[in-house]
Amino acid sequence: MYLFTASKIVKQFSDHLALDHVTINVPEGSIYGLLGPNGAGKTTLLRIINQITAPDEGELFFSGRTLNPGDLASIGYLPEERGLYKKMKVGEQALYLAQLKGMSKADAMVKLKHWFTKFEIQAWWNKKVEELSKGMQQKVQFVTTILHEPKLLIFDEPFSGFDPINASLLKNEILEMKKAGATIIFSTHDMGSVEELCDYITLINKSRTILEGGVHDIKMNNKSNLFEIGFTGDPARVYEKLDGHCQVVDRHAERASQYVKIKADKNVSANDMLSLVLPVAEVTSFNEVIPTMNEIFIKVVEAQNQR
Amino acid sequence: MNKIGLIIWREYLTRVRKKSFIIMTFLGPVLFAALIVLPGWLTQVEDREVQEIAVVEYDANNQPVPDSLQFFRDVVPDRENMKFIYLHNAVLPEILKTYEAANYDGVLFLPQSLISAGGRASVEFYYRKTPSMGMEEHISSSIEKFLFSNKLITKNISSEMIEALETNINLNRINWKNWPDKQADATDVKRGLGYVGGFLIYIFIFMYGAQVMRGVMEEKTSRIVEVIISSVTPFQLMMGKIIGIALIGLTQFVAWLILTVGISAAAQQIFLPATIAQVTQQPAPSDIMNSAADFEPTAPAATTGKAQAAEMFSDIRQQLGQVNIALVIGAFLFYFLGGYILYGALFAAIGAAVDNETDTQQFMLPITIPLILGLFVMINSFVNPMGKLAIWFSIIPLTSPIVMMARIPFEVPAIQILASAVLLILTFLATTWLAAKIYRTGILMYGKKVSYRELWKWMKY
Repeated sequence: MYLFTASKIVKQFSDHLALDHVTINVPEGSIYGLLGPNGAGKTTLLRIINQITAPDEGELFFSGRTLNPGDLASIGYLPEERGLYKKMKVGEQALYLAQLKGMSKADAMVKLKHWFTKFEIQAWWNKKVEELSKGMQQKVQFVTTILHEPKLLIFDEPFSGFDPINASLLKNEILEMKKAGATIIFSTHDMGSVEELCDYITLINKSRTILEGGVHDIKMNNKSNLFEIGFTGDPARVYEKLDGHCQVVDRHAERASQYVKIKADKNVSANDMLSLVLPVAEVTSFNEVIPTMNEIFIKVVEAQNQR
Repeated sequence: MNKIGLIIWREYLTRVRKKSFIIMTFLGPVLFAALIVLPGWLTQVEDREVQEIAVVEYDANNQPVPDSLQFFRDVVPDRENMKFIYLHNAVLPEILKTYEAANYDGVLFLPQSLISAGGRASVEFYYRKTPSMGMEEHISSSIEKFLFSNKLITKNISSEMIEALETNINLNRINWKNWPDKQADATDVKRGLGYVGGFLIYIFIFMYGAQVMRGVMEEKTSRIVEVIISSVTPFQLMMGKIIGIALIGLTQFVAWLILTVGISAAAQQIFLPATIAQVTQQPAPSDIMNSAADFEPTAPAATTGKAQAAEMFSDIRQQLGQVNIALVIGAFLFYFLGGYILYGALFAAIGAAVDNETDTQQFMLPITIPLILGLFVMINSFVNPMGKLAIWFSIIPLTSPIVMMARIPFEVPAIQILASAVLLILTFLATTWLAAKIYRTGILMYGKKVSYRELWKWMKY
């Protein structure tokens, strides 16, 4: 079941088309990555989900019905351009932002205590934000984003502004929130975090969706029959055996082992290759080379740009 | 609490706790009083410096005259800040030649041919420092007066007779409407109230308008704005800020009102000995002058100043009784709020459109011009509150908050107040609507130098 759906969203700015019939379906309890080069329209889409800007065309659904302003209380948003009131005290500010999301003061107070203790930042309660370091401000910002325990969390480039320690903290929290049943959408260029976190992605380039689906499925669809075999023995005999069934793409030796990367011909299976090599060498490893999201990203975007 | 209420509360609370607000609240009335008193005091300081003027007299044949033949001796009497030295046998070119060495500040040349001159005649006055208007007036009127009586004396009219010729007229303004009750006229107090009210609105619009602008810029540059507008609409955020700061203005106004009443009450306590207080406690409208006059001969010389002050206070109090204070305060609140929201929305739009303070200049000008125009027209309507200029500018919404305040203590026809109020409300609805459009787009726009053309585009989104 989809928690959130944006269907055929079009957004036209005066001088360019930011989104051209973009659709995303976000399954409940998943982590959904929104990928794309700079200027692809990711932030515009996230702003539309948060009802900051209105789409020119298209429909938005939340929990199966049309998205309405009341749903903002069930959404937590960490924009790419983020900050806090510098002159305001940390605790007061966190309370204020929580109340704007519709929490009662008492409820917000209890939850803030919990999070401030968890992150060991209780001592900052009465400090002004400007007295905190950038990393400290990020922690406070993160707490204010998730405090109201939203069903849907939206992070725009969450890892770009955060230092590595806070970024990994954020990653762990994202996984924990998923476990607790939250649904998360985030946009990023950091393909490493996509591999680690995402269940589904949509890749937007030049205002259009060019790739979408489950991360695993996408990888499987994009693999190109590449295998890597590790062995000990005489390489010449191995190549001789493989000749005619596949092409050797790459090879190298490491200590006693030889490694060869091969692209199998269409009708040759992994088992076929193994049985070819087994008689002539001692096989130490055998795996199919699955493309990384980074490779897929570059391949797909460049293919579209060349068109 | 609903969301806009939360925003208002935050805007109010963060500002009311600021040291600058507390200091301004206490210092405001003092500064305001200083603003009124200071210019007068400064001119006095300037005038204390004594100027020495040499007077050179020539006879009818254009020859220097000896002491015994001087006709114009002591024509121009000395003043606190001017001293006239009457030279005899002085040759004008000789005196003027000594420009570097002489210690006169000026030389006044009086030929005896003036005695018979009629109509317009000129007198030469050589100066080092451009003479003040007061000095010019003093010199020419003294000479005129002397020549006038001299002419009468030659016609055999006695000096007693001449004195009897002089009458000074004080125009006693009485409001016709109140007849037969000849209430002492309250025009002076009305003018004062109108001036203070209009000026306060001018200052408040600028002061709090700028605060709105800075507040919006703060949210934009600190990048918190997108976090906030994922919880509330941009319009709620903008209006919350404008209203919150309006409440700050009202708080300051009420605090100033209380302080001013307190200070003037304290001042009365100092200036009013018990006896005078009794006199002023029943201010019989028509004989206020008499009571003061009755009092003066019996008062010890030292308290005369106090008696004058007492008279002034009771006079003001009595005149205030004739002004519709409730109307003035009500109008102040209305025009302050209306004018402030009208301009505050525009200030908010500017704050949203720019990235830093220096870029605000180009957009400030169109806001500043009508405000300053309003101030000038207000000063004019202070002289003539029912003139055409005053009437029109008190109806045009961009200037009406300032100009109408100067007129409101006088009896402004209800239809004019109504027209001005309705137009003001319509205009501030229009400006907030327009400003909200610019605001909505502007707050998410970074690193772009915005032009008027760009703003126009935003309004059409």
